[in-house]
Amino acid sequence: MQKEIIIAGFGGQGVLFAGQVLAYAAMDTGRVVTWIPSYGPEMRGGTANCTVVIADEEIGSPLVQNPPLAVALNLPSFDKYEETLETGGTLIVNQSMVDRGAKRTDIHCIFVPCNEIAEQIGDKKLTNMVAVGALLSSLPDLAIKDVEKALEGHLPARHKHLLPKNFEALRRGYEHAQKELDKAPA
Amino acid sequence: MTRELWKGNEAIAEAAVRAGLQAYFGYPITPQTEILEYLSRRMPELGRAFVQAESELGAINMVYGAACTGARVMSSSSSPGVSLMMEGLSYIAGTEVPAVLVNVMRGGPGLGNIAPSQADYNQAVHGGGHGDYPRIVLAPASVQEAIDLMGLSFDLAEKYRMIAMVILDGSVGQMMEPAEMPEMKPIVDRKFEWATNGAIDRERRILSSIYIDPPAEEVANLRLGARWQVVQANEVRYKEYFLDDAEIVVVGFGTAGRVALSAVRAARAQGIKVGLLRPITVSPFPYQIIDQLAGRAKAFLVAEMNMGQMLSDVRLAVRGRVPVEFHGRPGGMVPFPDEILREIQRVNSTPLSMTVDPVDGWLARMADVK
Repeated sequence: MQKEIIIAGFGGQGVLFAGQVLAYAAMDTGRVVTWIPSYGPEMRGGTANCTVVIADEEIGSPLVQNPPLAVALNLPSFDKYEETLETGGTLIVNQSMVDRGAKRTDIHCIFVPCNEIAEQIGDKKLTNMVAVGALLSSLPDLAIKDVEKALEGHLPARHKHLLPKNFEALRRGYEHAQKELDKAPA
Repeated sequence: MTRELWKGNEAIAEAAVRAGLQAYFGYPITPQTEILEYLSRRMPELGRAFVQAESELGAINMVYGAACTGARVMSSSSSPGVSLMMEGLSYIAGTEVPAVLVNVMRGGPGLGNIAPSQADYNQAVHGGGHGDYPRIVLAPASVQEAIDLMGLSFDLAEKYRMIAMVILDGSVGQMMEPAEMPEMKPIVDRKFEWATNGAIDRERRILSSIYIDPPAEEVANLRLGARWQVVQANEVRYKEYFLDDAEIVVVGFGTAGRVALSAVRAARAQGIKVGLLRPITVSPFPYQIIDQLAGRAKAFLVAEMNMGQMLSDVRLAVRGRVPVEFHGRPGGMVPFPDEILREIQRVNSTPLSMTVDPVDGWLARMADVK
């Protein structure tokens, strides 16, 4: 098994942490994993992204040109990764931040209003966790409980009181994406 | 031992601490600043020395001074900063004191950029500072390997009274991977017979790189040369992948080696008999295994994130017996597996010329890259 995931968005949307949560969950479930950020000047306010590779054996390339899975939390990321996604791949799109639909028909674009869902839960900083939940609907190698455990195990102590809301964000994202998937033609 | 998710740079710093690092001297530069940042907190916490010097020149000369006392010392920097340290490095080599220097390489030459690169291979392996001096150079490709090689670098530097450099590209410094840290080693006074650590109740010792009398300098050079022969005979390290029946041998170190591994696996899935040799010590270089492989392989492909620097060492070992092809991405670019896969396919399916220089051939193929 090897899965490559790119998570992209504006700096401040929690892109890097979303990837780290996946990396922790993969590690805790006994997988080999690599997390690598784009660490250029774009980290200071522009778009940020990270690549997570989850596998059962020694990982070769830490980067991927055509990922099978990606999360686009803003429009520039949607533009970029809709183009490069592997045919048949799945792109989770933060509907709250884009003003267009999908162009490609050979990939699955799943639109999730991550900002609105996060605000309904009561904290717009949960946008990234809503997106991670949505991503899990297309990543059967990791279960929601694996990611919940990862959050529990690795969230800094001062943020532990936020766990229930993070769990809710994961579940809401997952459920929304699952509904979209059920609607989509096979 | 439990696995923890470590960022490459921070893992290097903690691994150095656990190996008994007593003093760190450095100056910030991307993409290695996390090493300095981590140690600025960790070293004082343990009552050990951390100094952010006024410049890289200051840092390396502080390393020089501290190394003379026999303490475990290191510095770290990135390409332009390491260039500034070269004079000090030569003095350390000439004085025959052990020191560790980490170079988290970035795109160059000049100020270049902060993206991952392997363009300082020649500086680390073949040159850098002035004068004839050997140095050990380790090239980790993963966070775990970086941790393991940090401990080894101190041991080797002390064993051979030599510089041990750890070179990695920015992506290994920035990536996070699950890794196990070694146990914390106690700080040990190794009682080196050469250390200038206070001449109380003993004869005065002098450490210097000055040999005004040329015959004496020649003796010193020959001594380093003889010591290097021992290093070459005992300290070569590399990792082999799918080489048992390989007709094509890909050679790559660090991240280029990892990317090549993905390409080799993909090519194997297509039935191409290809394997990978990933040097872990790039100095001493694994000439012997390449020499052996050249006796049974039909072609080599060298993949690097530079203009073909390690390529020269591979060609030296292959000695013209079979074609050696090259694929590189310089300037801070990281190759994708597909590019290396295409090169493997090309090497596998096209007749190769022994007369075209591999860099010329590669540059012609790169003409499309704008």
